Amino acid sequence: MTEMISSPAISRREALVIALLALIGLVVLPCLNAFVPSTSPLHVSNFAITVYGKYLCYAVLAIGVNLLWGYTGLLSLGQALFFSLGGYALGMHLMLKIGKLGQYQSDLPDFMVFLEFPKRFPETGGLPPHWIPFHSFWFSAAAVIWVPALLALVFGWLAFRSRIKGVYFSILSQALTYAATLLFFRNDFTFGGNNGLTDFKFILGADINAPSTKRWLYIASGVLLLAVYLGCRWLTSTKFGLIQRAIRDSENRVLFSGYATGRFKLFVFVVSAVICGLGGALYVPQVGIINPSEMAPDKSLEAVVWCAVGGRGSMLGPVVGAIAVNAMKSYATHAFPEQWLYLLGGMFILVTLFMPGGIVGVPAQWRAARARWTRKGEAAGDKGTAPAVLESATKEP
Amino acid sequence: MLFSRRQRYSRPWTWHWLIAAACCLGAPLCRGADAVPAAAPDTATVDARARARLAEAIVADELDLQLQVLRELGGSGADPLIGQTLTAWRGGAVYLFETNGTRTPVLLDTQTDSEGRARAIRVADGALLAGGDGQGLLFTANDLTSADASSKLRRAIKTALDLFGVANPNPKMRRDAVVKLGQEQNADYLPHLEARLKIETEAEVHRALQEAIAVTRLLSDDAATREAAIVELGALRSITSLVFLKQLLTQAEGDAAKYGPATIKALRRSVWEIENYLWWGNLFGTAFRGLSLSAVLLVAAIGLAITFGLMGVINMAHGEIIMVGAYTAYVTQNLFASWFGKGGLGIELYFLAALAVSFVVAGAVGLVLERGVIRFLYRRPLESLLATWGVSLVLQQLFRHIFGAANVQVTSPSWLSGSLVIHDVLLAYNRIFVIAFAFAIVAGTYLLLTRTSLGLQIRAVMQNRAMASALGVRTDRVNMLTFALGSGLAGMAGACLSQIGNVGPSLGQNYIVDCFMVVVLGGVGNLVGTVSAALGVGVTDQILQPWLGAVLGKIVVLGAIILFLQWRPAGLFATRSRNLEG
Repeated sequence: MTEMISSPAISRREALVIALLALIGLVVLPCLNAFVPSTSPLHVSNFAITVYGKYLCYAVLAIGVNLLWGYTGLLSLGQALFFSLGGYALGMHLMLKIGKLGQYQSDLPDFMVFLEFPKRFPETGGLPPHWIPFHSFWFSAAAVIWVPALLALVFGWLAFRSRIKGVYFSILSQALTYAATLLFFRNDFTFGGNNGLTDFKFILGADINAPSTKRWLYIASGVLLLAVYLGCRWLTSTKFGLIQRAIRDSENRVLFSGYATGRFKLFVFVVSAVICGLGGALYVPQVGIINPSEMAPDKSLEAVVWCAVGGRGSMLGPVVGAIAVNAMKSYATHAFPEQWLYLLGGMFILVTLFMPGGIVGVPAQWRAARARWTRKGEAAGDKGTAPAVLESATKEP
Repeated sequence: MLFSRRQRYSRPWTWHWLIAAACCLGAPLCRGADAVPAAAPDTATVDARARARLAEAIVADELDLQLQVLRELGGSGADPLIGQTLTAWRGGAVYLFETNGTRTPVLLDTQTDSEGRARAIRVADGALLAGGDGQGLLFTANDLTSADASSKLRRAIKTALDLFGVANPNPKMRRDAVVKLGQEQNADYLPHLEARLKIETEAEVHRALQEAIAVTRLLSDDAATREAAIVELGALRSITSLVFLKQLLTQAEGDAAKYGPATIKALRRSVWEIENYLWWGNLFGTAFRGLSLSAVLLVAAIGLAITFGLMGVINMAHGEIIMVGAYTAYVTQNLFASWFGKGGLGIELYFLAALAVSFVVAGAVGLVLERGVIRFLYRRPLESLLATWGVSLVLQQLFRHIFGAANVQVTSPSWLSGSLVIHDVLLAYNRIFVIAFAFAIVAGTYLLLTRTSLGLQIRAVMQNRAMASALGVRTDRVNMLTFALGSGLAGMAGACLSQIGNVGPSLGQNYIVDCFMVVVLGGVGNLVGTVSAALGVGVTDQILQPWLGAVLGKIVVLGAIILFLQWRPAGLFATRSRNLEG
């Protein structure tokens, strides 16, 4: 069959490609940004570095979606929620680090002064009690992991316990996201309402807008992406990964073979939520804002699009999809903003209808088509071999 | 019938106002007797006499006579000139024009010439003061002496002015005036209110008068009168007087000796009665709002119950098909307006046409969608979700392109605006319509599915596609028609919802999550389930709303649905099946 299912270890060719990409992304681009003078055509601008960093965070999110959807058959429409929760967790810390440099020159974040929090929380001087531990960077970093994980654990436990699957799981996860979005839009939910958290000044003592900080954040995103990629690569090549894919292809058979599929799914769901949360945590300092519209249901759907366009069920596909679609979005929203949604929607329809394997699946699809064509020429009326992923994906209930 | 009610209500209203307006405009500008409108001569003579008396009183220096005239005026005429004069008198803007020893009270016109001079209007007949040459005389305020008004007189004038409102020809304004007088609890008004009560014919004003009189009597020193008033207010279920009753109750409880136990008892009883009435009114109102929200959800979700529930297609573009229906209603309205003119029958009837047209248009959109996209994805439900989301993006952008990003204006026909008031509970006609429409649409769908051959084929294909196909049902065609039907229903829903909410490119997004919730909660493939889920969600939402607010209530409902599905994962009414993957 194809390499997606049958190759457990990383092949030499894949290792080479990844090493090359990592070298370009993690060493060459930052060097071009830092050491090449801005007059040179090879120079990578600070703005570009931030934008690339953003793409890398999106790629992390896409890997999270793919681990669930491509490998376990769970289409969650709530991954942007975990992404935003990670972002909020770090954003809270950054908010507290602004200190007196805000508009109101108060120790409190601006929105708390504006919304008269000192009246609501007089005993802590206006800071809601659950914000206090976020003064510590390490607590916030831990929260980036455990907050999404906890929500995923609770929601996943409820959903998988009662065997909610297929489209019901999608719809419920969308409802969860929708409810959370509504909640975060409220001013009295203490997370800044619809303005969200913004206007950050420092991260770990460094000026957050300095080019060197931006560069380090970009490198951190790259390292995170690489680590997440390799981690998922490893996870999916173990026996666990095999069961994961078996659940995707026929859950009932796995269940009857004696595996508690619910627990497997719960584990994958939590892992995916943590991955998304980490991506979000690095995303926020780079774009400088996090607000509830980042977690709206259509953001989750957009992440699913990246995954589908790049090619789900393959490891590299989501990364390619996230970067390609976002690069196109950056270009299209400037060049022809009116048509961008047509393009996105149209791309979605076409990819689902004609390219089930996404961009990375195109060669395999093309090979299969050619094989079918030549065999037809040889007169045997046999069915062509479509890529295995597609076949299996069609068998979902 | 609805139509005639509307006319009866609106006609006299405008008619009176026209006369009033004619008086206002006519009196200062026209000369002589033709300023008095020809219609209704009897009121005209009454008014003329009243004006003459008023002029007499202004000139006279006797306070008693002036008070006497003011009392006579109270509640008598509807002549705007008298109202103007009284207001002016109170503010010291009635002037005395002296010629040959006689003094004529006049008002100065608000229009002045370049030197600040204005024409003078005689109070007695509303005519302009003319000089010997027949030309209007011009004055500034300093040329004339103003008629004095002592503080006592000014108070009396204010009373007279307030009482003037009680005689206002417009029943609504009359009612407002009565309510205002009642809240002042001024015993001076009592005789006038009582006099008006005897001749009042409008039920609403009559009731307001009763309330005003009783509220005023609450302060009476006579225990029997007071108690009678308390009992009457309780019997009237007067919501506006609750605050006065409570106030009096605290007073009485603090000073039991003065008020006596009987008053306190009556007060408690009346307060309880009114609060009880309010409680029931709230309950009824909540029930109605819950029912109407349920109907909205049901109307929006019924199309989805067919496409998702019966066919298993995750149509994320369902919301946009609703939007197509709403915009179709908008276009139909504009077409009717251009064919039949902006007012009149065209606008009254466009909505009925819009319902039919939007069914057809949305059904056609659904047909194209099914043929173009969905039929390739029947075996891949998750992917149909993604593809239809793409469709929804394209449709949204398309409509934003054509109609602009702002909401468009859909006017309700007159028979859908306004509301019915039953026992202080407002029932908006458009809400009532949505409830009726929900009933009709569910009944229609049910009949279609159970009593027609198409319905039989639909159910056969949905239950066992292969077997139906083997028995000669053209499953492909049935799929197409089912999807078109579901979309058509969504389109009708859109037309219907255009009457109660905004119509804009993001209309669909507001309904899509709720629709899916209702269908999933009800149990897929089951109309009864969808109806009960819509009822459950709508009523729960409205019960929670007063406590938690709209947004938090919605969040709680969503959370409750997720938890509920723990208990019954397949929804309220699960279709039983031996199919493992089903």
